[in-house]
Amino acid sequence: MSRLRTRDLVINVPGRPDGYPLNIEIEPGQTWGVLGPNGAGKTTLLHTLAGLLRPRNGQVLLNEQPLKLMKRREIAQHLGLVFQERQDSFPATVLETALIGRHPWLSPWESEQSEDQARARSALAMLDVDHLSDRLLNTLSGGERQRVAIATLMTQDPSVWLLDEPTNHLDLHHQVSVMNLLRDQATAGKAVFMCLHDLNLAARWCSHVLLLYTNGDACWGAVDAMLEPTALEQLYNQRLITVEADGAPVFIPVR
Amino acid sequence: MIRSLLGLGIAALAAILLALAMGSVTIPPLGLLEAVQGDGTSLHRTLLWDLRMPRTLSAFATGGLLAVAGALMQILLRNPLADPYVLGLSGGAAVGALLAMLTGLGTLLVSGSAFAGAMLATVLVFGLAHGTGSWTPSRLLLTGVVVAAGWGAVITLMLAITPSHKLPGMLYWLMGDVSYARTPWPPLIILGLSVLFILPLARNLNVLARGPMQAAALGVSVRPLEWTIYVLASLLTATAVTTAGSVGFVGLIVPHMLRLVLGNDQRIILPACALAGGTLLVLADTLARTVIAPEQLPVGVITALLGVPTFLFLLHRSR
Repeated sequence: MSRLRTRDLVINVPGRPDGYPLNIEIEPGQTWGVLGPNGAGKTTLLHTLAGLLRPRNGQVLLNEQPLKLMKRREIAQHLGLVFQERQDSFPATVLETALIGRHPWLSPWESEQSEDQARARSALAMLDVDHLSDRLLNTLSGGERQRVAIATLMTQDPSVWLLDEPTNHLDLHHQVSVMNLLRDQATAGKAVFMCLHDLNLAARWCSHVLLLYTNGDACWGAVDAMLEPTALEQLYNQRLITVEADGAPVFIPVR
Repeated sequence: MIRSLLGLGIAALAAILLALAMGSVTIPPLGLLEAVQGDGTSLHRTLLWDLRMPRTLSAFATGGLLAVAGALMQILLRNPLADPYVLGLSGGAAVGALLAMLTGLGTLLVSGSAFAGAMLATVLVFGLAHGTGSWTPSRLLLTGVVVAAGWGAVITLMLAITPSHKLPGMLYWLMGDVSYARTPWPPLIILGLSVLFILPLARNLNVLARGPMQAAALGVSVRPLEWTIYVLASLLTATAVTTAGSVGFVGLIVPHMLRLVLGNDQRIILPACALAGGTLLVLADTLARTVIAPEQLPVGVITALLGVPTFLFLLHRSR
Protein backbone atom coordinates (compact mmCIF):
# COMPACT_ATOMS: atom_id res chain seq x y z
CA MET A 1 0.00 0.00 0.00
CA SER A 2 1.38 3.38 -1.00
CA ARG A 3 0.26 6.94 -0.65
CA LEU A 4 0.93 9.83 -2.96
CA ARG A 5 1.17 13.36 -1.62
CA THR A 6 1.92 16.72 -3.16
CA ARG A 7 3.64 19.54 -1.34
CA ASP A 8 2.86 23.05 -2.69
CA LEU A 9 2.72 21.56 -6.18
CA VAL A 10 2.36 23.94 -9.13
CA ILE A 11 2.06 22.14 -12.44
CA ASN A 12 3.81 23.63 -15.42
CA VAL A 13 1.15 24.74 -17.91
CA PRO A 14 2.99 27.10 -20.29
CA GLY A 15 1.86 30.72 -20.15
CA ARG A 16 -0.38 30.34 -17.12
CA PRO A 17 0.03 32.02 -13.70
CA ASP A 18 0.90 29.68 -10.84
CA GLY A 19 -2.62 29.66 -9.43
CA TYR A 20 -3.35 27.78 -6.26
CA PRO A 21 -0.63 25.29 -5.16
CA LEU A 22 -1.86 21.75 -4.61
CA ASN A 23 -1.48 19.98 -1.28
CA ILE A 24 -3.38 16.79 -1.84
CA GLU A 25 -3.01 13.43 -0.14
CA ILE A 26 -4.08 10.39 -2.09
CA GLU A 27 -4.50 7.55 0.41
CA PRO A 28 -5.12 3.83 -0.03
CA GLY A 29 -8.85 3.18 -0.30
CA GLN A 30 -9.65 6.52 -1.92
CA THR A 31 -10.99 7.06 -5.42
CA TRP A 32 -10.23 10.53 -6.73
CA GLY A 33 -11.82 12.20 -9.72
CA VAL A 34 -10.23 15.26 -11.34
CA LEU A 35 -12.75 17.50 -13.05
CA GLY A 36 -12.09 20.53 -15.18
CA PRO A 37 -12.68 22.05 -18.60
CA ASN A 38 -10.49 21.34 -21.65
CA GLY A 39 -7.00 22.74 -21.19
CA ALA A 40 -7.25 23.09 -17.41
CA GLY A 41 -4.16 20.87 -17.03
CA LYS A 42 -5.71 17.57 -15.97
CA THR A 43 -3.35 15.48 -18.10
CA THR A 44 -0.38 17.67 -17.13
CA LEU A 45 -1.25 17.10 -13.47
CA LEU A 46 -1.45 13.35 -13.98
CA HIS A 47 1.91 13.23 -15.78
CA THR A 48 3.48 15.42 -13.07
CA LEU A 49 2.16 13.08 -10.38
CA ALA A 50 3.76 10.17 -12.25
CA GLY A 51 7.08 12.00 -12.39
CA LEU A 52 7.00 12.24 -16.19
CA LEU A 53 6.86 16.05 -16.20
CA ARG A 54 8.71 18.46 -13.97
CA PRO A 55 6.52 20.64 -11.78
CA ARG A 56 7.06 24.40 -11.86
CA ASN A 57 7.17 24.40 -8.08
CA GLY A 58 6.81 22.09 -5.13
CA GLN A 59 7.17 18.35 -5.14
CA VAL A 60 5.44 15.01 -5.37
CA LEU A 61 6.07 12.50 -2.59
CA LEU A 62 5.53 8.77 -2.95
CA ASN A 63 5.49 7.19 0.50
CA GLU A 64 7.09 10.41 1.85
CA GLN A 65 9.99 10.09 -0.62
CA PRO A 66 10.41 12.81 -3.28
CA LEU A 67 9.60 11.29 -6.68
CA LYS A 68 12.49 13.01 -8.42
CA LEU A 69 15.00 11.20 -6.21
CA MET A 70 13.59 7.77 -7.08
CA LYS A 71 14.58 5.50 -9.97
CA ARG A 72 12.00 5.04 -12.73
CA ARG A 73 11.89 1.30 -12.11
CA GLU A 74 11.23 1.80 -8.40
CA ILE A 75 8.47 4.32 -9.16
CA ALA A 76 6.89 1.90 -11.64
CA GLN A 77 6.64 -0.78 -8.95
CA HIS A 78 4.42 1.53 -6.87
CA LEU A 79 2.70 3.75 -9.37
CA GLY A 80 1.16 3.13 -12.79
CA LEU A 81 -0.53 5.28 -15.38
CA VAL A 82 -3.05 4.74 -18.16
CA PHE A 83 -2.46 7.32 -20.87
CA GLN A 84 -5.17 9.03 -22.82
CA GLU A 85 -3.36 8.47 -26.09
CA ARG A 86 -1.24 5.50 -27.03
CA GLN A 87 1.22 4.86 -29.83
CA ASP A 88 1.31 1.63 -31.69
CA SER A 89 3.92 1.98 -34.39
CA PHE A 90 4.65 -1.75 -34.39
CA PRO A 91 2.10 -4.55 -34.46
CA ALA A 92 1.61 -6.25 -31.09
CA THR A 93 -0.96 -8.69 -29.77
CA VAL A 94 -3.31 -7.96 -26.86
CA LEU A 95 -1.57 -10.51 -24.62
CA GLU A 96 1.90 -9.08 -25.39
CA THR A 97 0.56 -5.63 -24.57
CA ALA A 98 -0.81 -6.70 -21.21
CA LEU A 99 2.44 -8.56 -20.43
CA ILE A 100 4.59 -5.41 -20.70
CA GLY A 101 2.94 -4.48 -17.41
CA ARG A 102 5.31 -7.00 -15.80
CA HIS A 103 8.35 -5.07 -17.06
CA PRO A 104 9.13 -3.18 -13.82
CA TRP A 105 9.10 -6.46 -11.88
CA LEU A 106 11.56 -8.43 -14.02
CA SER A 107 15.35 -8.16 -13.96
CA PRO A 108 17.21 -7.73 -17.29
CA TRP A 109 17.94 -11.43 -17.86
CA GLU A 110 14.55 -12.66 -16.67
CA SER A 111 11.75 -13.41 -19.06
CA GLU A 112 8.04 -13.61 -18.32
CA GLN A 113 7.16 -16.80 -16.45
CA SER A 114 3.87 -18.67 -16.43
CA GLU A 115 2.90 -16.69 -13.32
CA ASP A 116 3.23 -13.43 -15.24
CA GLN A 117 1.22 -14.92 -18.09
CA ALA A 118 -1.49 -15.91 -15.61
CA ARG A 119 -1.64 -12.39 -14.18
CA ALA A 120 -1.97 -10.88 -17.65
CA ARG A 121 -4.68 -13.35 -18.65
CA SER A 122 -6.71 -12.77 -15.51
CA ALA A 123 -6.42 -8.98 -15.97
CA LEU A 124 -7.66 -9.32 -19.55
CA ALA A 125 -10.54 -11.46 -18.30
CA MET A 126 -11.47 -8.85 -15.65
CA LEU A 127 -11.78 -6.28 -18.42
CA ASP A 128 -13.69 -8.61 -20.68
CA VAL A 129 -11.08 -8.67 -23.45
CA ASP A 130 -9.62 -12.14 -22.83
CA HIS A 131 -11.28 -13.47 -25.98
CA LEU A 132 -9.10 -10.99 -27.95
CA SER A 133 -5.76 -12.22 -26.50
CA ASP A 134 -4.21 -13.18 -29.83
CA ARG A 135 -5.62 -10.30 -31.87
CA LEU A 136 -3.37 -7.46 -33.02
CA LEU A 137 -3.93 -4.25 -31.11
CA ASN A 138 -4.44 -2.12 -34.23
CA THR A 139 -7.38 -4.27 -35.31
CA LEU A 140 -9.38 -3.48 -32.14
CA SER A 141 -11.99 -0.79 -31.57
CA GLY A 142 -11.22 2.28 -29.44
CA GLY A 143 -13.16 0.94 -26.46
CA GLU A 144 -11.46 -2.46 -26.64
CA ARG A 145 -8.04 -0.81 -26.75
CA GLN A 146 -8.97 1.32 -23.74
CA ARG A 147 -9.82 -1.83 -21.81
CA VAL A 148 -6.54 -3.47 -22.88
CA ALA A 149 -4.68 -0.40 -21.53
CA ILE A 150 -6.45 -0.73 -18.18
CA ALA A 151 -5.68 -4.46 -18.17
CA THR A 152 -1.99 -3.60 -18.70
CA LEU A 153 -2.09 -1.36 -15.61
CA MET A 154 -3.79 -4.16 -13.73
CA THR A 155 -1.01 -6.58 -14.78
CA GLN A 156 1.54 -4.04 -13.57
CA ASP A 157 -0.32 -4.08 -10.24
CA PRO A 158 1.00 -0.86 -8.67
CA SER A 159 -0.59 0.44 -5.48
CA VAL A 160 -1.22 3.93 -6.89
CA TRP A 161 -3.34 3.95 -10.05
CA LEU A 162 -3.39 7.07 -12.21
CA LEU A 163 -5.81 7.04 -15.13
CA ASP A 164 -6.41 9.64 -17.81
CA GLU A 165 -10.10 9.44 -18.74
CA PRO A 166 -10.44 5.69 -18.24
CA THR A 167 -14.01 5.67 -19.58
CA ASN A 168 -13.06 7.19 -22.96
CA HIS A 169 -14.57 5.27 -25.90
CA LEU A 170 -16.37 2.86 -23.55
CA ASP A 171 -20.03 1.93 -24.02
CA LEU A 172 -22.39 2.40 -21.07
CA HIS A 173 -22.07 -1.15 -19.80
CA HIS A 174 -18.29 -1.09 -19.86
CA GLN A 175 -18.19 2.40 -18.31
CA VAL A 176 -20.06 1.00 -15.35
CA SER A 177 -17.96 -2.15 -15.10
CA VAL A 178 -14.68 -0.20 -15.33
CA MET A 179 -15.81 2.27 -12.66
CA ASN A 180 -16.91 -0.64 -10.44
CA LEU A 181 -13.58 -2.35 -10.99
CA LEU A 182 -11.67 0.83 -10.04
CA ARG A 183 -13.75 1.26 -6.90
CA ASP A 184 -13.21 -2.40 -5.95
CA GLN A 185 -9.47 -1.92 -6.40
CA ALA A 186 -9.60 1.09 -4.08
CA THR A 187 -11.57 -0.91 -1.54
CA ALA A 188 -8.86 -3.56 -1.72
CA GLY A 189 -6.25 -0.94 -0.74
CA LYS A 190 -5.20 0.79 -3.94
CA ALA A 191 -5.20 4.56 -4.30
CA VAL A 192 -7.02 5.55 -7.50
CA PHE A 193 -6.71 8.97 -9.10
CA MET A 194 -8.33 9.67 -12.46
CA CYS A 195 -9.28 12.48 -14.80
CA LEU A 196 -12.93 12.38 -15.78
CA HIS A 197 -15.12 14.33 -18.13
CA ASP A 198 -18.38 12.97 -16.85
CA LEU A 199 -19.57 14.70 -13.67
CA ASN A 200 -22.08 11.97 -13.05
CA LEU A 201 -19.49 9.21 -13.01
CA ALA A 202 -17.50 11.24 -10.47
CA ALA A 203 -20.63 11.82 -8.37
CA ARG A 204 -21.48 8.12 -8.23
CA TRP A 205 -18.09 6.44 -7.96
CA CYS A 206 -15.52 8.82 -6.52
CA SER A 207 -14.83 9.36 -2.83
CA HIS A 208 -12.85 12.57 -3.47
CA VAL A 209 -12.91 15.22 -6.14
CA LEU A 210 -10.39 17.81 -7.34
CA LEU A 211 -11.72 20.72 -9.36
CA LEU A 212 -9.14 22.25 -11.67
CA TYR A 213 -9.89 25.68 -13.16
CA THR A 214 -8.45 27.07 -16.39
CA ASN A 215 -6.69 29.90 -14.52
CA GLY A 216 -4.82 27.46 -12.29
CA ASP A 217 -7.12 27.71 -9.29
CA ALA A 218 -8.08 24.44 -7.66
CA CYS A 219 -10.11 23.06 -4.79
CA TRP A 220 -10.47 19.54 -3.50
CA GLY A 221 -12.15 17.44 -0.85
CA ALA A 222 -14.70 14.72 -0.20
CA VAL A 223 -17.16 14.24 -3.04
CA ASP A 224 -20.30 15.37 -1.18
CA ALA A 225 -18.77 18.69 -0.26
CA MET A 226 -17.30 19.40 -3.67
CA LEU A 227 -20.15 18.80 -6.08
CA GLU A 228 -21.90 22.11 -5.47
CA PRO A 229 -23.91 23.09 -8.56
CA THR A 230 -22.73 26.72 -8.42
CA ALA A 231 -19.06 25.70 -8.23
CA LEU A 232 -19.52 23.26 -11.10
CA GLU A 233 -21.35 25.85 -13.22
CA GLN A 234 -18.43 28.20 -12.75
CA LEU A 235 -15.94 25.42 -13.49
CA TYR A 236 -17.44 24.51 -16.84
CA ASN A 237 -18.97 27.92 -17.60
CA GLN A 238 -22.21 26.07 -18.22
CA ARG A 239 -25.61 26.22 -16.50
CA LEU A 240 -26.64 22.91 -14.95
CA ILE A 241 -29.86 21.27 -13.80
CA THR A 242 -29.43 19.02 -10.77
CA VAL A 243 -31.74 16.11 -10.09
CA GLU A 244 -31.35 13.19 -7.76
CA ALA A 245 -31.38 9.59 -8.89
CA ASP A 246 -30.14 6.30 -7.43
CA GLY A 247 -28.94 8.10 -4.31
CA ALA A 248 -26.57 10.51 -6.08
CA PRO A 249 -26.94 13.91 -7.74
CA VAL A 250 -27.22 13.88 -11.52
CA PHE A 251 -26.10 16.96 -13.43
CA ILE A 252 -27.63 17.80 -16.76
CA PRO A 253 -26.41 20.74 -18.86
CA VAL A 254 -29.05 23.36 -19.73
CA ARG A 255 -29.70 23.57 -23.45
CA MET B 1 11.33 -19.08 -30.26
CA ILE B 2 14.70 -20.69 -29.60
CA ARG B 3 13.78 -23.05 -32.42
CA SER B 4 13.41 -20.21 -34.92
CA LEU B 5 16.86 -18.88 -33.96
CA LEU B 6 18.28 -22.39 -34.40
CA GLY B 7 16.64 -22.59 -37.81
CA LEU B 8 18.16 -19.27 -38.83
CA GLY B 9 21.55 -20.45 -37.57
CA ILE B 10 21.37 -23.58 -39.74
CA ALA B 11 20.29 -21.49 -42.73
CA ALA B 12 23.26 -19.17 -42.14
CA LEU B 13 25.66 -22.12 -42.03
CA ALA B 14 24.18 -23.57 -45.22
CA ALA B 15 24.49 -20.21 -47.00
CA ILE B 16 28.12 -19.88 -45.94
CA LEU B 17 28.93 -23.42 -47.19
CA LEU B 18 27.18 -22.67 -50.49
CA ALA B 19 29.16 -19.44 -50.88
CA LEU B 20 32.41 -21.29 -50.17
CA ALA B 21 31.63 -23.99 -52.73
CA MET B 22 30.38 -21.82 -55.58
CA GLY B 23 32.32 -19.57 -57.92
CA SER B 24 34.60 -19.68 -60.93
CA VAL B 25 35.71 -23.13 -59.77
CA THR B 26 33.09 -25.21 -57.97
CA ILE B 27 34.55 -27.04 -54.99
CA PRO B 28 32.65 -30.30 -54.39
CA PRO B 29 31.54 -31.07 -50.80
CA LEU B 30 34.35 -33.58 -50.33
CA GLY B 31 36.94 -31.05 -51.57
CA LEU B 32 35.50 -28.47 -49.18
CA LEU B 33 35.87 -30.88 -46.27
CA GLU B 34 39.47 -31.67 -47.24
CA ALA B 35 40.38 -28.02 -47.72
CA VAL B 36 38.92 -27.09 -44.33
CA GLN B 37 41.13 -29.74 -42.73
CA GLY B 38 44.15 -28.36 -44.59
CA ASP B 39 44.34 -31.25 -47.12
CA GLY B 40 43.15 -31.34 -50.72
CA THR B 41 44.55 -29.59 -53.74
CA SER B 42 46.44 -26.36 -53.28
CA LEU B 43 44.00 -24.63 -55.67
CA HIS B 44 41.08 -25.53 -53.39
CA ARG B 45 42.98 -24.43 -50.32
CA THR B 46 43.88 -21.06 -51.82
CA LEU B 47 40.35 -20.52 -53.09
CA LEU B 48 38.86 -21.39 -49.73
CA TRP B 49 41.18 -19.74 -47.26
CA ASP B 50 42.55 -16.75 -49.18
CA LEU B 51 39.61 -15.75 -51.35
CA ARG B 52 36.20 -17.11 -50.49
CA MET B 53 36.36 -17.46 -46.71
CA PRO B 54 37.33 -13.83 -45.94
CA ARG B 55 34.88 -12.51 -48.48
CA THR B 56 32.00 -14.71 -47.31
CA LEU B 57 32.55 -13.94 -43.64
CA SER B 58 32.84 -10.22 -44.41
CA ALA B 59 29.55 -10.37 -46.28
CA PHE B 60 27.97 -12.18 -43.34
CA ALA B 61 29.27 -9.63 -40.82
CA THR B 62 28.19 -6.67 -42.97
CA GLY B 63 24.68 -8.02 -43.45
CA GLY B 64 24.30 -8.79 -39.76
CA LEU B 65 25.61 -5.37 -38.71
CA LEU B 66 23.28 -3.53 -41.08
CA ALA B 67 20.22 -5.55 -40.09
CA VAL B 68 20.81 -5.09 -36.35
CA ALA B 69 21.53 -1.36 -36.87
CA GLY B 70 18.30 -1.05 -38.86
CA ALA B 71 16.26 -2.84 -36.20
CA LEU B 72 17.70 -0.58 -33.48
CA MET B 73 17.02 2.61 -35.44
CA GLN B 74 13.46 1.50 -36.11
CA ILE B 75 12.86 1.12 -32.38
CA LEU B 76 14.57 4.43 -31.63
CA LEU B 77 12.42 6.29 -34.15
CA ARG B 78 9.37 4.10 -33.72
CA ASN B 79 9.18 3.98 -37.47
CA PRO B 80 9.57 0.79 -39.50
CA LEU B 81 11.04 2.77 -42.41
CA ALA B 82 14.19 3.86 -40.58
CA ASP B 83 17.44 2.35 -41.86
CA PRO B 84 21.09 3.51 -41.94
CA TYR B 85 20.89 4.02 -45.69
CA VAL B 86 17.63 6.03 -45.60
CA LEU B 87 18.93 8.20 -42.74
CA GLY B 88 21.95 9.25 -44.78
CA LEU B 89 24.58 7.57 -42.61
CA SER B 90 25.87 5.50 -45.53
CA GLY B 91 26.04 8.69 -47.62
CA GLY B 92 28.27 10.37 -45.06
CA ALA B 93 30.53 7.33 -45.00
CA ALA B 94 30.68 7.33 -48.80
CA VAL B 95 31.76 10.98 -48.89
CA GLY B 96 34.49 10.20 -46.35
CA ALA B 97 35.73 7.22 -48.33
CA LEU B 98 35.63 8.96 -51.72
CA LEU B 99 37.50 11.92 -50.32
CA ALA B 100 40.27 9.56 -49.18
CA MET B 101 40.31 7.80 -52.56
CA LEU B 102 40.36 11.10 -54.44
CA THR B 103 43.39 12.30 -52.53
CA GLY B 104 45.05 8.94 -53.19
CA LEU B 105 45.27 7.69 -49.64
CA GLY B 106 45.79 4.00 -48.83
CA THR B 107 43.15 1.40 -48.02
CA LEU B 108 43.47 1.78 -44.30
CA LEU B 109 42.89 5.52 -44.49
CA VAL B 110 39.91 4.98 -46.79
CA SER B 111 38.38 2.79 -44.08
CA GLY B 112 39.19 5.29 -41.36
CA SER B 113 37.79 8.14 -43.41
CA ALA B 114 34.59 6.20 -44.12
CA PHE B 115 34.18 5.52 -40.42
CA ALA B 116 34.64 9.21 -39.62
CA GLY B 117 32.14 10.12 -42.34
CA ALA B 118 29.51 7.76 -40.93
CA MET B 119 29.95 9.10 -37.42
CA LEU B 120 29.83 12.69 -38.68
CA ALA B 121 26.63 11.97 -40.61
CA THR B 122 25.07 10.46 -37.49
CA VAL B 123 25.94 13.42 -35.33
CA LEU B 124 24.71 15.79 -38.03
CA VAL B 125 21.34 14.09 -38.58
CA PHE B 126 20.56 13.43 -34.94
CA GLY B 127 21.90 16.83 -33.86
CA LEU B 128 19.88 18.77 -36.42
CA ALA B 129 16.72 16.80 -35.78
CA HIS B 130 17.16 17.18 -32.03
CA GLY B 131 17.16 20.99 -32.40
CA THR B 132 15.02 22.55 -29.73
CA GLY B 133 13.32 19.66 -28.08
CA SER B 134 13.03 15.92 -28.22
CA TRP B 135 13.51 13.70 -31.26
CA THR B 136 10.21 13.56 -33.02
CA PRO B 137 10.50 10.49 -35.21
CA SER B 138 9.05 12.12 -38.33
CA ARG B 139 11.39 15.09 -37.99
CA LEU B 140 14.39 12.81 -37.63
CA LEU B 141 13.42 10.76 -40.66
CA LEU B 142 12.86 13.88 -42.73
CA THR B 143 16.20 15.36 -41.63
CA GLY B 144 17.89 12.09 -42.58
CA VAL B 145 16.32 12.04 -46.02
CA VAL B 146 17.26 15.64 -46.74
CA VAL B 147 20.82 15.21 -45.48
CA ALA B 148 21.10 12.02 -47.57
CA ALA B 149 20.15 14.05 -50.64
CA GLY B 150 22.89 16.51 -49.70
CA TRP B 151 25.47 13.71 -49.48
CA GLY B 152 24.25 12.51 -52.88
CA ALA B 153 25.03 15.91 -54.40
CA VAL B 154 28.50 15.99 -52.84
CA ILE B 155 29.18 12.48 -54.18
CA THR B 156 28.13 13.51 -57.71
CA LEU B 157 30.36 16.57 -57.50
CA MET B 158 33.32 14.45 -56.42
CA LEU B 159 32.74 11.92 -59.19
CA ALA B 160 32.55 14.77 -61.71
CA ILE B 161 35.99 16.12 -60.82
CA THR B 162 37.66 12.71 -60.40
CA PRO B 163 40.19 11.61 -63.07
CA SER B 164 38.59 8.78 -65.01
CA HIS B 165 41.10 6.07 -64.04
CA LYS B 166 40.02 6.31 -60.43
CA LEU B 167 36.31 6.08 -61.20
CA PRO B 168 35.69 2.29 -61.28
CA GLY B 169 36.99 1.70 -57.74
CA MET B 170 34.88 4.56 -56.43
CA LEU B 171 31.74 3.41 -58.20
CA TYR B 172 32.13 -0.11 -56.86
CA TRP B 173 32.59 1.25 -53.36
CA LEU B 174 29.48 3.41 -53.74
CA MET B 175 27.35 0.49 -54.81
CA GLY B 176 28.60 -1.64 -51.94
CA ASP B 177 31.11 -4.38 -52.62
CA VAL B 178 32.57 -6.93 -50.23
CA SER B 179 35.49 -7.83 -52.52
CA TYR B 180 37.46 -4.96 -50.99
CA ALA B 181 37.06 -6.37 -47.51
CA ARG B 182 40.36 -7.38 -45.94
CA THR B 183 39.96 -9.33 -42.73
CA PRO B 184 36.47 -10.33 -41.60
CA TRP B 185 37.31 -10.58 -37.91
CA PRO B 186 36.85 -6.98 -36.63
CA PRO B 187 33.30 -6.62 -38.02
CA LEU B 188 32.39 -10.17 -36.90
CA ILE B 189 33.62 -9.52 -33.37
CA ILE B 190 31.83 -6.17 -33.19
CA LEU B 191 28.63 -7.84 -34.38
CA GLY B 192 28.87 -10.61 -31.79
CA LEU B 193 29.71 -8.31 -28.89
CA SER B 194 26.95 -5.85 -29.81
CA VAL B 195 24.29 -8.55 -29.85
CA LEU B 196 25.49 -9.85 -26.48
CA PHE B 197 25.50 -6.31 -25.09
CA ILE B 198 22.02 -5.43 -26.32
CA LEU B 199 20.25 -8.67 -25.30
CA PRO B 200 19.75 -7.76 -21.61
CA LEU B 201 18.31 -4.42 -22.80
CA ALA B 202 15.98 -6.06 -25.30
CA ARG B 203 12.91 -6.08 -23.06
CA ASN B 204 13.46 -2.37 -22.41
CA LEU B 205 13.42 -1.89 -26.17
CA ASN B 206 10.10 -3.73 -26.40
CA VAL B 207 8.65 -1.23 -23.95
CA LEU B 208 10.30 1.72 -25.71
CA ALA B 209 8.58 0.66 -28.93
CA ARG B 210 5.32 1.69 -27.21
CA GLY B 211 6.48 5.28 -26.96
CA PRO B 212 8.81 7.11 -24.56
CA MET B 213 6.10 8.18 -22.08
CA GLN B 214 4.65 4.69 -21.76
CA ALA B 215 8.17 3.30 -21.39
CA ALA B 216 9.00 5.78 -18.62
CA ALA B 217 5.76 4.92 -16.84
CA LEU B 218 6.80 1.26 -16.93
CA GLY B 219 10.15 1.93 -15.31
CA VAL B 220 12.50 2.50 -18.27
CA SER B 221 15.06 5.32 -18.01
CA VAL B 222 14.28 6.57 -21.49
CA ARG B 223 17.03 9.11 -22.16
CA PRO B 224 20.04 6.89 -21.31
CA LEU B 225 18.47 4.02 -23.26
CA GLU B 226 17.88 6.19 -26.34
CA TRP B 227 21.49 7.39 -26.27
CA THR B 228 22.75 3.82 -25.93
CA ILE B 229 20.77 2.67 -28.98
CA TYR B 230 21.84 5.71 -30.95
CA VAL B 231 25.56 5.25 -30.27
CA LEU B 232 25.41 1.50 -30.83
CA ALA B 233 23.46 1.78 -34.10
CA SER B 234 25.94 4.39 -35.38
CA LEU B 235 28.89 2.20 -34.47
CA LEU B 236 27.35 -0.83 -36.20
CA THR B 237 26.57 1.19 -39.32
CA ALA B 238 30.02 2.76 -39.45
CA THR B 239 31.64 -0.68 -39.11
CA ALA B 240 29.46 -2.16 -41.86
CA VAL B 241 30.04 0.71 -44.26
CA THR B 242 33.76 0.62 -43.59
CA THR B 243 33.83 -3.09 -44.42
CA ALA B 244 31.80 -3.13 -47.62
CA GLY B 245 30.88 0.36 -48.79
CA SER B 246 27.29 1.51 -48.89
CA VAL B 247 25.14 -1.57 -49.17
CA GLY B 248 21.54 -0.41 -49.00
CA PHE B 249 18.26 -1.72 -47.69
CA VAL B 250 19.47 -4.73 -45.68
CA GLY B 251 18.61 -2.80 -42.52
CA LEU B 252 15.14 -2.24 -43.87
CA ILE B 253 14.04 -5.55 -45.36
CA VAL B 254 15.53 -7.99 -42.86
CA PRO B 255 13.96 -6.61 -39.64
CA HIS B 256 10.66 -6.08 -41.43
CA MET B 257 10.45 -9.63 -42.79
CA LEU B 258 11.44 -11.07 -39.42
CA ARG B 259 8.81 -9.02 -37.60
CA LEU B 260 6.16 -10.35 -39.97
CA VAL B 261 7.11 -13.92 -39.11
CA LEU B 262 8.36 -13.76 -35.50
CA GLY B 263 6.47 -10.81 -34.00
CA ASN B 264 8.17 -7.81 -32.44
CA ASP B 265 9.97 -9.19 -29.40
CA GLN B 266 13.47 -7.67 -29.58
CA ARG B 267 14.93 -10.55 -27.56
CA ILE B 268 14.29 -12.71 -30.63
CA ILE B 269 14.40 -10.08 -33.38
CA LEU B 270 17.88 -8.72 -32.65
CA PRO B 271 19.80 -12.03 -32.74
CA ALA B 272 17.57 -13.15 -35.61
CA CYS B 273 18.53 -9.97 -37.51
CA ALA B 274 22.22 -10.75 -37.06
CA LEU B 275 21.74 -14.26 -38.50
CA ALA B 276 19.24 -13.45 -41.25
CA GLY B 277 20.99 -10.24 -42.33
CA GLY B 278 24.25 -12.14 -42.62
CA THR B 279 22.59 -14.96 -44.55
CA LEU B 280 20.93 -12.55 -46.96
CA LEU B 281 24.15 -10.74 -47.79
CA VAL B 282 26.12 -14.00 -48.18
CA LEU B 283 23.52 -15.25 -50.67
CA ALA B 284 23.35 -11.88 -52.45
CA ASP B 285 27.13 -11.79 -52.75
CA THR B 286 27.26 -15.36 -54.07
CA LEU B 287 24.69 -14.33 -56.68
CA ALA B 288 26.72 -11.22 -57.47
CA ARG B 289 29.84 -13.32 -58.03
CA THR B 290 28.24 -16.01 -60.16
CA VAL B 291 25.36 -14.50 -62.16
CA ILE B 292 27.51 -13.01 -64.94
CA ALA B 293 30.77 -14.83 -64.08
CA PRO B 294 33.63 -14.23 -64.64
CA GLU B 295 32.43 -10.62 -64.30
CA GLN B 296 31.33 -9.64 -60.75
CA LEU B 297 28.49 -7.40 -59.71
CA PRO B 298 28.67 -5.20 -56.61
CA VAL B 299 26.47 -6.81 -53.96
CA GLY B 300 24.71 -3.49 -53.32
CA VAL B 301 23.02 -3.80 -56.71
CA ILE B 302 21.40 -7.07 -55.67
CA THR B 303 20.22 -5.77 -52.28
CA ALA B 304 18.87 -2.56 -53.84
CA LEU B 305 16.95 -4.56 -56.43
CA LEU B 306 15.37 -6.48 -53.55
CA GLY B 307 15.09 -3.47 -51.24
CA VAL B 308 13.38 -0.87 -53.39
CA PRO B 309 10.21 -2.92 -54.03
CA THR B 310 10.12 -3.91 -50.34
CA PHE B 311 10.36 -0.29 -49.23
CA LEU B 312 7.59 0.78 -51.62
CA PHE B 313 5.41 -2.11 -50.50
CA LEU B 314 5.93 -1.12 -46.85
CA LEU B 315 5.10 2.49 -47.57
CA HIS B 316 2.02 1.45 -49.51
CA ARG B 317 0.79 -0.79 -46.70
CA SER B 318 1.36 1.78 -43.94
CA ARG B 319 -0.91 4.26 -45.80
